[in-house]
Amino acid sequence: MMLIACPHCGPRAHVEFAYERTMDAILPLDTTPEDAARILYQRENPRGFSDELWRHTHGCRAWLRLTRHTGTHEITAVVPWPAVGTGA
Amino acid sequence: MTRFSVFSLAKNALSGHRLWERTWRDAAPRDAYDVVIVGGGGHGLATAYYLAKEHGVRSVAVVEKGWIGGGNAGRNTTIIRSNYELEGNAAFYEWSMKLWEGLEQDLNYNAMVSQRGVLNLCHSDAQRDAYARRGNAMRMNGVDAELLDKEGVRRLAPFLDFDQARFPIQGGMYQPRGGTARHDAVVWGYARGASDRGVDIIQNCEVTGFLRGADGRITGVETTRGVIAAGRVGVAVAGNSSRVAAMVGLRLPIESHVLQAFVSEALKPVLPGVITFGAGHFYVSQSDKGGLVFGGDIDGYNSYASRGNLPVVEDVCEGGMAIMPMIGRARLLRSWGGICDMTMDGSPIIDRAPVDGLYLNAGWCYGGFKATPASGWCFAHLIATDQPHETATRYRLDRFATGHLIDEKGQGAQPNLH
Repeated sequence: MMLIACPHCGPRAHVEFAYERTMDAILPLDTTPEDAARILYQRENPRGFSDELWRHTHGCRAWLRLTRHTGTHEITAVVPWPAVGTGA
Repeated sequence: MTRFSVFSLAKNALSGHRLWERTWRDAAPRDAYDVVIVGGGGHGLATAYYLAKEHGVRSVAVVEKGWIGGGNAGRNTTIIRSNYELEGNAAFYEWSMKLWEGLEQDLNYNAMVSQRGVLNLCHSDAQRDAYARRGNAMRMNGVDAELLDKEGVRRLAPFLDFDQARFPIQGGMYQPRGGTARHDAVVWGYARGASDRGVDIIQNCEVTGFLRGADGRITGVETTRGVIAAGRVGVAVAGNSSRVAAMVGLRLPIESHVLQAFVSEALKPVLPGVITFGAGHFYVSQSDKGGLVFGGDIDGYNSYASRGNLPVVEDVCEGGMAIMPMIGRARLLRSWGGICDMTMDGSPIIDRAPVDGLYLNAGWCYGGFKATPASGWCFAHLIATDQPHETATRYRLDRFATGHLIDEKGQGAQPNLH
């Protein structure tokens, strides 16, 4: 079981969260067809740290950006997404 | 290589089983081969076997970072079936089933192929309609399929919980020719057949990079046991395809996810064949040793850790208890995890890479074991002739960009849902 430190709710079991996708798979609306195909379908898929979009579905329901190691499941960052105040 | 037969068995029995030959040669790498296959799992070894046997390519090496069959070939739930609906999949998996049916005679090796039937349960009218549609598509493609009503299912598996309040069993789809095979024996059988035809099987030999010519063409591989030159390189490393492809700067339509599998203590025979739960994700069969071999969903998030998490263990066991409460008192013997190449449409890739001299066999999601013979057959055909085999023309790498997806489950580009 992974423990995810939600910035709003504190450390919670990962079953409270829904995994959405890796951050490299988020499609901006104003993109070319070639870029859209690449972003939709191709993944870096590293064995190592990866930035991912999760949602605290059974908690505060906030979208969160996790930095997680795909081999050890170590989580080094959990931040609200989009970052507050930047619009990004 | 001595052929296995009743006579060789008698001879070795009378000589105290001291004279059996080694099943395959544990080779050291030579400097160069016509073809190097990266990955000594079922698919890689089958590819080497068919390259040597069907195409006369004898200068072949299979390089494996660990030991042969130590990856997903040894971690699956051994189910074979060809109950696919879509064009592009149907012919391929049926070709695989036909190869399974002749495999033991072809390899002269007992792979314990057992066509004990695969039963997919349905629990709603809509699901029955979907199975009717799938079964009809299968029969149109020459594959066996039967739609069973509740009584038909009861005749096959009277021990199921038919009146479960939440997911009552309303019927099922049955493929009598489906079943199971002994996964390790498949690996060893292909290794023996390939080794016997001159293929070098090189273990503890991890690929760390690729050699490229001035024109960019792949000319060999760098490994932990030295440099090996190759005319062509085939990659069959499902689970780690992205990592190997990254060595030549390729990004694949693949995510790596962990799939868990389980086996119970050995029981007297209780299950006639393979049974799958239609309202959750649970599939189970009983090995000849008596263990209930079962599995369910992938863990849901990208993972290269060959072990799974507890919530999925609970989920899988709940699925099992929902359809067959009788297994509730069987004790779990072991559970383990394997890393799956999950593609964006749930279907595999057998294609030339966009780098000359490199060929990809990847993206088997969690259906790679049943595909082993046809995967090897079609990959060997592609490497030897530079043309896709007629049953594998749709497994192109560029199908995602062109929109020719083969999405059996209709989930879209969300690999953790396939």
